[in-house]
Amino acid sequence: MRNSLYKKNIISINDLQRNELELVLKKSAILKKQPAPNLLKNKIIASCFFEASTRTRLSFETAVYRLGASIIGFSDGNNISLGKKGETLADTISVISSYVDAIIIRHPQEGSARLAAEFSNNIPVFNAGDGSNQHPTQTLLDLFTIQETQNRLNDLNIAMVGDLKYGRTVHSLTQALAKYKKNKFFFISPDALKMPNYINDTLLENGISWIRCQNIEEIISEIDILYMTRVQKERLDSTEYANAKSKFILHSKMLKNARSNLKILHPLPRIDEIDHDVDYTPYAWYFKQAANGIYARQAILSLVLIENHF
Amino acid sequence: MQINKLQVEAIKCGSVIDHIPSQIGFKLLSLFRFTETEKRITIGLNLPSQKLGKKDIIKIENTFLSADQINQLAIYSPCATVNYIDQYNLVGKIFPTLPKKIDRILICPNSNCISHNNCITSSFLFIKKLDNNMNLKCQYCEKEFSKNIVLS
Repeated sequence: MRNSLYKKNIISINDLQRNELELVLKKSAILKKQPAPNLLKNKIIASCFFEASTRTRLSFETAVYRLGASIIGFSDGNNISLGKKGETLADTISVISSYVDAIIIRHPQEGSARLAAEFSNNIPVFNAGDGSNQHPTQTLLDLFTIQETQNRLNDLNIAMVGDLKYGRTVHSLTQALAKYKKNKFFFISPDALKMPNYINDTLLENGISWIRCQNIEEIISEIDILYMTRVQKERLDSTEYANAKSKFILHSKMLKNARSNLKILHPLPRIDEIDHDVDYTPYAWYFKQAANGIYARQAILSLVLIENHF
Repeated sequence: MQINKLQVEAIKCGSVIDHIPSQIGFKLLSLFRFTETEKRITIGLNLPSQKLGKKDIIKIENTFLSADQINQLAIYSPCATVNYIDQYNLVGKIFPTLPKKIDRILICPNSNCISHNNCITSSFLFIKKLDNNMNLKCQYCEKEFSKNIVLS
């Protein structure tokens, strides 16, 4: 299989073709079974976190270390020249690109990773989250987890619950799964946090059906994947939040009619949308999903930085 | 037609953007940065038009619009025509077609988009929807907006 990801910027899941997604999933599975510690020996990678994101940063940095590369960078955007002295993001990236072999960037503004790629002098850029826009490696680890648990990425019934309006993980995952046939989506959210129309239109354009539902219990017996997200308190007024919060909390008793293959995923952090009693059911897969982030990130880093990857 | 000729004088050489919907002419002047040129520009607003009822017209001397600029006109004035004039003669007539991409002239409605506060220019792709409407997708923040939201 030709490695078309070599030297490519990983900015948006929409930039990746289906064969490229499959290449990453294949590589992730190989790395999970057979760690290859020296794949990126002598490479230096910058980890530029302009906003806090402990899990994503540690996951990326673990992936870098496991591949034998070195890492430089920062995890507090307020404590660097850009924050303190007013340097532009473009200048910051332009300089860092002359030090390293790849740049991982997390930034609160949408489009920042694409901008970084324009100023990185052909040094590959990995988007570790740009505002509410994209988080492609989260989607890759989600796809890897779904394929690992269901043995396929098509013909699946997927429920997405919570903040579907601002949740970039559900947007990207929906767009990625829309590349596969016969998937069906169930969207469960407060009215104020519905899936945006442009995502729904993308599904229709790909001939994929979706339906809005009122609660989890009405569809629990039909679904293979239950993707929970946090209803964000700051997005709703206090009454709306109180109603939404109580309506979309998953308890183990709600899983009694679940299919045996059901897996519950969550991008984390979990606040209170999944009761802790669910953790002890065979359906809870969110911590294993987070662990898969290492393999998916190792896979994408090595595919972008090494041409002959197998 | 006689009234038009009297109100907006002919140019010897350059471009005439005709059949601009009324109220749009002035907007085009600033959007396409025609106000920043030192070329002589004449503009007619709310002129009578058989086709549109009322129209605006812009004449720019010694300037020939690029293909990109002409196609960008289609966003605001789909019926506009661009006439090239040389020695007072019409030497070309172009009907703008909607471009696939539009750079520089629009502002992303998403206030958290990086295109607002850095040394870059905006870039939008036209996306045709199932209902035949057109959306504009920001190349940076990847958000899609209906044409009216971006143009307002």
